[in-house]
Amino acid sequence: MKSQYMIKPMIETTNSELNNSRRRFVFGASAMLALMSIPFPKNAFANALSQSLSQLSGKVFDLSIDYKMVNFTGKSARATVVNQLLPAPLLRWKEGETVTLRVKNNLDHDSSIHWHGIILPTEMDGVPGFSFDGIKPGETFEYQFTVQQSGTYWYHSHSGYQEQTGLFGAIVIDPATPDPVIYDRDYVIMLSDWSDETPENIYAKLKKQADYYNYRERTVMDFFSDVDKNGLANTWNARSMWNNARMSDSDISDVTGSTYTYLMNGNPPQQGWQGLFKQDEKVRLRFINSSAMTIFDVRIPGLKMSVVASDGQNIQPVSVDEFRIGVAETYDVVIEPEVDNAYCIFAQSIDRTGFTVGNLTSDASLHAPIPPMDPRPVLGHSDMGMDMSDMDMSGMDHSKMDMGGGDMSGMDHSKMAMGGGDMSSMDHGKMAMGGGDMPGMDHSKMAMGAAKATVSGLGLAGFGSNNEIKHIDTEFGPQVDMRADAPKSGLHDPGIGLRDHQQQFNRKVLTYGDIKGLHPTYDTRQPSREIQLHLTGNMNRYMWSVNGVKFMDAAPLEFEYGERLRITLVNDTMMTHPMHLHGMWSELETGDADFIPRKHTVLVQPGSKISYLVTADAKGQWAYHCHLLFHMPGMFRKVVVK
Amino acid sequence: MNKTNLMALGLLSLSATLTSSAVFAGGNDDPLLTKVMLDQFEKGVDPQDPTQFSAQAWLGYDLNKLWLKTEGEYSNSDKQDLEIQALYSKPIAPYWDVQFGIKTDIKPTPTRNWAVIGVQGLAPYFFDIDAALFIGDQGRTAMRVSAEYELLITQKLILTPEVEVNLFGKDDAELGIGSGLSDVSAGLRLRYEIVREFAPYIGVDWRQKLGNTADYARSEGEDTQETQFVIGFSAWF
Repeated sequence: MKSQYMIKPMIETTNSELNNSRRRFVFGASAMLALMSIPFPKNAFANALSQSLSQLSGKVFDLSIDYKMVNFTGKSARATVVNQLLPAPLLRWKEGETVTLRVKNNLDHDSSIHWHGIILPTEMDGVPGFSFDGIKPGETFEYQFTVQQSGTYWYHSHSGYQEQTGLFGAIVIDPATPDPVIYDRDYVIMLSDWSDETPENIYAKLKKQADYYNYRERTVMDFFSDVDKNGLANTWNARSMWNNARMSDSDISDVTGSTYTYLMNGNPPQQGWQGLFKQDEKVRLRFINSSAMTIFDVRIPGLKMSVVASDGQNIQPVSVDEFRIGVAETYDVVIEPEVDNAYCIFAQSIDRTGFTVGNLTSDASLHAPIPPMDPRPVLGHSDMGMDMSDMDMSGMDHSKMDMGGGDMSGMDHSKMAMGGGDMSSMDHGKMAMGGGDMPGMDHSKMAMGAAKATVSGLGLAGFGSNNEIKHIDTEFGPQVDMRADAPKSGLHDPGIGLRDHQQQFNRKVLTYGDIKGLHPTYDTRQPSREIQLHLTGNMNRYMWSVNGVKFMDAAPLEFEYGERLRITLVNDTMMTHPMHLHGMWSELETGDADFIPRKHTVLVQPGSKISYLVTADAKGQWAYHCHLLFHMPGMFRKVVVK
Repeated sequence: MNKTNLMALGLLSLSATLTSSAVFAGGNDDPLLTKVMLDQFEKGVDPQDPTQFSAQAWLGYDLNKLWLKTEGEYSNSDKQDLEIQALYSKPIAPYWDVQFGIKTDIKPTPTRNWAVIGVQGLAPYFFDIDAALFIGDQGRTAMRVSAEYELLITQKLILTPEVEVNLFGKDDAELGIGSGLSDVSAGLRLRYEIVREFAPYIGVDWRQKLGNTADYARSEGEDTQETQFVIGFSAWF
């Protein structure tokens, strides 16, 4: 047993500069053994010995993929690991350098590594079947590319379901120029979900009974207590829509804590990860959600977090108490903890069926209490994209809409959702400008001069789509169980389960609308066209698709090399989907055209829509997909840039 | 319709989907799966009561499946019921599948064969519905509709009411079946899911023969109504 959990000493390849970060990541590594003697101590941190990530840095990396038996639950199960580690070693690169990564596959199946969020040549992207064949058993593939960015990223397998069984690791790229983020110490916080069940088995169960892992269904008892609270008529009305739609308002996650154990840097909650800081240190925490299926809500009770980067890209700092991190997203936050204190890094799953924790302290003997999980969320009517009641246009101040320029002749008012005097032609039912969305818009920046609004119907860069939501023919059929007819904007919505946290707990929750790039917008062109993609599925049959068409049957999306285009994602399901475009940035339109943030993964809320801009500056074949592992096979598109 | 044609059709559509299994990324979206469900396996608590079972299984993909359905009961060597259906199933709407194939009533004898067309699915308010029309030789027709509902007392304790009605187009004196509405049954079962896949239950089952069928039963000196308390289990894998 012992040797299985022994962490390998940190390996320094080549002549990497031995910076402070080395010490940061090494501590705790020798103390791994206690973790594995089952049963776990009931009291988290009871032995205060946790696994930390081990780091490799330099320019040349040798990575080998193997099976390994692990034990996170009291039962031993087979994992897929890199260099015998779960999570895989943290790779530390430097912006501007060329890295070489020799990846040996010791499995009896094909394998691969995809460098998530890294801008690189298509044949180095690591998606089997695209511009790369995958790595055959026994073979070594050499990845080589020049690192053109800095920040927090990660890597994972893109073969089979290996990601679920442990094949993921962190990447930290130090910037070539001085880092605009000031900090004294940094830690990577990798969140993941582990199951002793094989992923194939989980997927098969979902196909046979889609609510297999949902132990939060409405019961008779719930009904009586609701009647008690709200009266029979209200309760009946609230239920009747769900019953009519044959959907469950407790359907938040397909796979839940009933099979998953949530890990922080490879530590189950019984163990907990621990990080240390010293007096007056500013600590940078680099959160990475490397889960297969779990969206997390993160907070550190007692500490404000200054969010400084999203998906590796610096943003204008936002001070928050809590943030949601979708599968594959990364967020960097800076905190200023007080010495002689301990803080709990608390990451609860979106459906509140489990959590993972860390202890951040200046004194290893101090342990912060673990807070209780927040109440379980219940989906509302608006999450089906059906709630027309928030289509309140009174929030719009038309007097501030400067339609500047005087020359309005070039504008097609019928297609513009912002028509000043021409409101008669507006179809409010189709407008996603629901009340909540408007405060975040800065109307003064909407200089809708004729010169700028060259392409009618598109709307200006930075502000999202004005086009109407169209459900095309392929969206109708047995494979699609729901279509959002009035999708709201996902921009200023903290998301299901977080919406009342400001009022209830006085916690400021990060929304996408809060995110603005630190750097001015890289490509200031207007989009020349828009692609509207609908995220679709049939939960009951456990089928997932885009526009009602699964990957196997879908033609590739074609981007013209160099073009600036907009993608509008419409979520016609009740799940939150993290959508990831490979090879190019997804520039999220959060309402400030001058500082559009760049992301690689964008959460699309249930029954909502969201837009981003893409500059098609990378030739080749790229993957574009939902990052929930069991949605991915169907909700996948090939993107060809030529 | 004959059996071989129907089976061939089913296999053909299965093999069509089999060939499209190239995988680029992630796992296989639409793997070939099987599900076997022993919906009811129960014994009446009275020693006179029969042992009954009802089971179904499918093999296939998201949109194309072969179904087998069987149900039967055993009281003694003279009183047995056994029927088997083999169906090809294809969805026509998000919650509905159309199913067609064959049904054989092996017991009681003489054996009767039927062609089947039916729909199975989930109606609003989460009623599981299975409705089928049977067309037999010599102009025989029959229809069966069953509905079932799951009421969660807790996440694991589940109360399941169900009803079933049978209709026949014409008399079948040999089997004691009369034309028209022949029988209606209702059951109420309370199961406890120890795991999702296995749940023991207790229940009550009530059956009433009607119309000409009831007349046949009376002339044979049988009861037209039966009520029994049952104990059993359901399982799937």
